[in-house]
Order: sequence, then C-alpha cells, then structure tokens
Amino acid sequence: MLKKFFYSQKIAPYVFILPFVITVLLFWVAPISNGVLLSFQDVLKDEWVGTKNYSRLLSDKNFFKAIFNSVKYMIGTLVLLIPFPMLFASLLNSKLMKRSGLFKSIYFLPALTSVVVAGTIFRLMFGEASSSLANQVIGLFGASPIKWLKGVNTSYFALLLIACWRWTGVNILYFLAGLQSIPTDLYEAASIDGASKWQQFKKISVPLIKPTTVYVLTISIYAGLSMFLESYMVFKGNNSPNNIGLTIVGYLYRQGIEKRAMGYACAVGLILLVVVMLINLVQLKITGTFDKEEK
Amino acid sequence: MKKMEEGKMKKKVLSVVLSLAMTATLFGCGNSSTNTSTKGPGAAGTTEMEVEGEDVTTLNVWTFIELHQKFYTDMAEKWNEEHPDQKVKLVLSNMAYDDMHNKLSLALESGEGAPDIVDIELGKFPSFLQGDIGLRDLTDVMAPYKDKVVQARLDIYSKDGKYYGLPTHVGATVAFYNTELLEAAGINYEEIKTWDDFKNAGVKYFEATGKYFATIETTAQWMINLMLAQKGGGYLDASGNLDINNDKMVEVLTYIKGMQDTGAFSVVPGGQPDNEEAYPSYNTGEYAVQIMPFWQTSRFLNYMTDLSGKVAIAPTPVWNTSDNEFKSIGGGGTGTAIIASGENADLAAQVMAYIKLSAEANEEVWNVLGFDPVNTEVWANTQLTQNPENQFVKYFKNYPFDSLNAIKDNIGTIGDMSNEKWPSINNEFCTVTLNNIFENGMDVKEALDESQATLENEFQ
Repeated sequence: MLKKFFYSQKIAPYVFILPFVITVLLFWVAPISNGVLLSFQDVLKDEWVGTKNYSRLLSDKNFFKAIFNSVKYMIGTLVLLIPFPMLFASLLNSKLMKRSGLFKSIYFLPALTSVVVAGTIFRLMFGEASSSLANQVIGLFGASPIKWLKGVNTSYFALLLIACWRWTGVNILYFLAGLQSIPTDLYEAASIDGASKWQQFKKISVPLIKPTTVYVLTISIYAGLSMFLESYMVFKGNNSPNNIGLTIVGYLYRQGIEKRAMGYACAVGLILLVVVMLINLVQLKITGTFDKEEK
Repeated sequence: MKKMEEGKMKKKVLSVVLSLAMTATLFGCGNSSTNTSTKGPGAAGTTEMEVEGEDVTTLNVWTFIELHQKFYTDMAEKWNEEHPDQKVKLVLSNMAYDDMHNKLSLALESGEGAPDIVDIELGKFPSFLQGDIGLRDLTDVMAPYKDKVVQARLDIYSKDGKYYGLPTHVGATVAFYNTELLEAAGINYEEIKTWDDFKNAGVKYFEATGKYFATIETTAQWMINLMLAQKGGGYLDASGNLDINNDKMVEVLTYIKGMQDTGAFSVVPGGQPDNEEAYPSYNTGEYAVQIMPFWQTSRFLNYMTDLSGKVAIAPTPVWNTSDNEFKSIGGGGTGTAIIASGENADLAAQVMAYIKLSAEANEEVWNVLGFDPVNTEVWANTQLTQNPENQFVKYFKNYPFDSLNAIKDNIGTIGDMSNEKWPSINNEFCTVTLNNIFENGMDVKEALDESQATLENEFQ
C-alpha cells in the first residue's frame, strides 16, 4: 500500500514539493494572514478597531518619510549596484585580467563580515569629531569637519557607501556566473567582424546576461526597500536626527517593538509587502519575464 | 532480521536527532539570551551568584547597566546573611539598552521568557504600564521604607496609585563646572546664580578662550526639562492632553536658542553630555560645563579621567533667585520591576525592595555607583559622604553632597514622565523637534507646532 503510494507517478511530484509547500504555508501564508488580522486590531487593548490603523497611516508623516527614505535608498543602490558590478564582472572575466581570483575574493570579503560590526565601524568613521576618519579625509582637501550623520545628503552617502562596500562583490559573482555561461564563439565572431571590446560588452554581454540582471534587480529592489540593520547600526539605534535614517522596516520596528503598537506595525508591514510586490510585478512585466519562453 | 530492525531503529533515531537539531538551530537565536543557566563564553554578559546551602531560590535579573550587576550581587549576599531561610541566587544578564527593553516587551506580549526581575529605564517605563500590566504592584514591599525616600521618585514609576518600580537614585540635576578652565578665563562659578548669569559667563568664557562653554541639547532634555520645570511648565496640559507647543515651552527653547546664537554654546558631538562621542569633548576641554543629573558623577569618573580634581559640583542656575523655583529636578532613572507572573514574584519583590530601598543599600548606591541615593537620611551622614577614601570624593573638587544638601528641600519633577504619552513625546523631541530648532535653524514655534501635529496623529 505504502509502496504503491510512493511509486505512483501522480502522487510523487506532490510529495517532492511538499516540503516547500509546508514551508510556505507555515512561514509565509500563516504569518501574513495573521498579520492581516492583527492590522485591524489594537493588540495591547485586544480589541478590533476596524480600519483605524490604516487611516492613521495615511496621515502619518513619519510613515511617508520612511517610505521616501526606503525608496530613495533603493534607487541609489540600484543605480550603483547593477551597472558597476556588471562592468567589474566583465573586466574580471576578461582574459587580459591577471589574478582575477584574488580580486574576486577581495571584492567578496565584505559580504562575509557582520553588518553589525561593519555598521558600528562606519558610524565611528563618520563621527562628528574632527578626529573621525571621514573628517580627516576631507580635511586633507582643506574642508572643515562635517556632521556626517546629521545631514540628509551626507548620511545618505554613508549608507550607500556601506551598501556598495558590502554588496558589490556579491553582485559581481552573480554577473560572473551569467557571463561565464555565454559561449566564447560569440565574442570571437564579433572580434573577427571588427567589433571593439565596448561594443562586444554592449551587444553581447549585456543582452545575454539579462536573466541574471533581472534576478539581481528583483532582489535589489526587495533588499533596498527592506533595509533596516545598516541604518540601525549607523545611527546607533532606530532614532536618527530628523528621522533621516528611518526606513519602512525601521518604522515597523519602532511601532511594533518599541512602542508596542503591534496592530499598527502590522499595517505598516502589509503596506511594505504591497509596495514591494507592485514594484517587482511592474518591473518583471517590463523586463518580459512573464512572457512565454521562446524555445 | 534483528540486525536489520536495529539498523532501521538507528536510522529513525538519527532522523529524529537531525530534525531536532534543525529545529534547535531555527529557534536557537531566540533562546540563547534567556538561557541563563550556562556559563562561559557562550553566555556573554551573564553573571551567576555562588550561593551555598539548600533551598535556594534562583531569580533571573535583566539589566542594561553593567554597573548594577555587582551592586545587586553584593546586596543579595547581605540579604542571604540576614535571611538564611530565604536565600536567593541572582542570575544576571546584561544586555544593550534597546535590546533589553524590546526583548522584555516581546516576552510580556507572548507570556514567555520573561525574567523575575528587570531594570526598566524611566523613558520606557510608561509603555509597560499600558493595557494589562505585567508588572507586580510593589506597594506592600515598599511600605517599610516609604517615609524615608523621595516620594517624587516613587511616583514616576506609578499608575493609579500603585507603584511598579523601585528607584535607584534621585538623579538631582546639578551643574558640573571645570574650574581650571573657568578660572583661566576669570570666571568664578560660585557667582553664577541665574540663567542670565550662566549665559553671560558663557559669552565671557568664549571671548577669553574661543572654546564652548556648554552644550545645546538635541538628543536629551536634561537642561531643557529643568528650565521648563522651574517655569512650572511641562509637555501636557492640566487634563493630560498633549500640549508641547505651549507658551512656557516656547519661552524656554527660545531662551536656549538665544544662548546658541551667542556662539558660546554649541551642540556637542552626540547631542548631549552623556554620550560616548561627548565624553572626549569634555575630557579635552572643548566644553567646560555640564548641566546633568547627579549620576553623571560615574561618567566623569569612568570616561573623563583627565578632569580628576578639576570639576566642582554646584546647584544649577534658576530663572529668578527671589522666586521659589525648583532648585533641581530628578533626571533619568531606572525602575526595578518584578514580573507579576513569575513563580517567585513575592520573594523577588521583597528581596529587591531590600536591595534598592534599605539604608544599607542606599549607602552602597553612593559607595559603588556614585549616585544620589533615594533615601535622603544617607545624605546627612557626613562620615559616608565625605569619606576621603571614596573614589568620588577624591575625584571632585568639592564635596558632592554639599550641593545636594543645599537643594534637598526643593527637588521637583516634570510630572509628565509617568504618562503613557511620554515615550513618544520624548522620542519626537530627541529625533525631530530639537534637531529642527538647533541644527536646522527652524523657528521654535513652527518646529513645536509641527511636532504637536505629528504626535496628535499618533495619539488619535
């Protein structure tokens, strides 16, 4: 009986995907449905409040500031963390490149460090005192010390610097994997036809690693919008001057954990989910991922 | 046949073990900090008392102040000597400030993993007094000590006439003057009586030295609250409604803005004196004066070592010497609370009341921690407060308790801190309002109006 069950062609596929389905149900569907229910409650008072949490969200300036900050951060990371790693990966992939293994490791190294440690170091580097590293560097050019982590633009710069420092190597690895799957004949044929290296990069590499690019784009959008820990470490807690470092997840954390408004935090979380979903769906649609594969 | 079965059995056991290991790793992160029974490098920040004898009750304590650990264990040993039939063994975990409060909030919310005893900071306390209160009412265990301690410091941890926190100190706000620097600029700190004197001294100092006199606060409100309380102001109106853009608040902040405009007062790195970025600024003489609660003594001793022998403690300025204004207010604080659902909550409450409020304990609060004890009988004990061997007496230029005794009868409070709105107000002030005014140059009234609107939206 059991044997028959396991050897059945109809049932086997379901058995194989069962672990995944269970994981999704248990760790995704269940928490989200629970979150939806909680978002209509005042959890501390344990009562239903209808759409009050959502109406409060609409007039909550800090919430919009958080969305603005997260989106701004996401755009910054997209602009910096897709073209440049792609270019670096092509350079590393080139036959002319010596010791590419060494460079790969060096680029990848930051990804292995803890964000907590890195964030703390960056906070100290961008300290206000004239003795902090960043102020000493600009001091070399004759500039006077800046309050890095109090200004909107300077703190944005610091956050982006951490993101680049940390994720460039990882994205390079993604693109390298994509580049290495492109047959070398294409490049040979192109060079026989007289195409320059830049033309080869533009006309062969970029189009052929599109699936990789779409993947990196998708995870970068999500990672950018859900950034929290970097900001938490750089600003030494969830409270930054004028909320310049407040992200959506940071706001969720502030409301749910710090202020114990769990219901309101659930509403924030659901909005984040919807925003990420929408942006990614639009993006996947535009890049043609939903089109039927032509083969 | 048997062997095969054994083999199967082994596999089964193995798979169970493996899956257990997997779940253990999944939940490992959440548990590691509450698992206080282990010692050694695996349990960082955990200290366990050694107690001999049988029938010892183990009590778990969470704190975010490392200094408290030694104090608690010392006092618990005294308790054990005096109460051999009610011996306790404290297991203390030290965590980061935010971490500990957030973990406590989650533990109370979920009903699992809370300790027996916990130190809750004043700014966070009201949020634990909302809804179903998970803390034990301590009115009964406080009774024997109550008439000897500063009532205002009990009130800040109370709600509806019930007391939930045991205070550690009064935290009377005083002025710390770097006398060496001031003398060099020809300023005698003893002549500074009013805020106008204070401001003028700052200008004189700045002109003489080119260095800053004192800080403008953006991440705390030690001086702001004092000035506000002296004017009889606050953050809420008489019926408890949000009222941060009131006239007195505008007056105080405008006055401070005027101080900033002289150039002699400036925002210290970190935005307030009790901050790792700020300590070096005072230690190297970039700033000369601090208006801080008395417990700043411990920061001086530990983080501003170069100032040893140079700092004098004095009563803070007032607006007008002829008024009967508060000479000081209690600032900051940590209330020790007992988790009501704990198995040994009653014993824990008795032990902690002894550890925090008894006369012996209050002597230790001064000796070990350098704080101003809540039991003011101790303040008059000159043998204790002027003990030449005491590290704090050695550090400061004058006797620290001279100032305390001078202001003893007129220590007030900002009553709004035990209100459930306080954590949010405090948060808004320290992130947005003060930054807008003192860093971004926004008009005082405008900045307050804006924050009032933000907070009204939150409290709707």
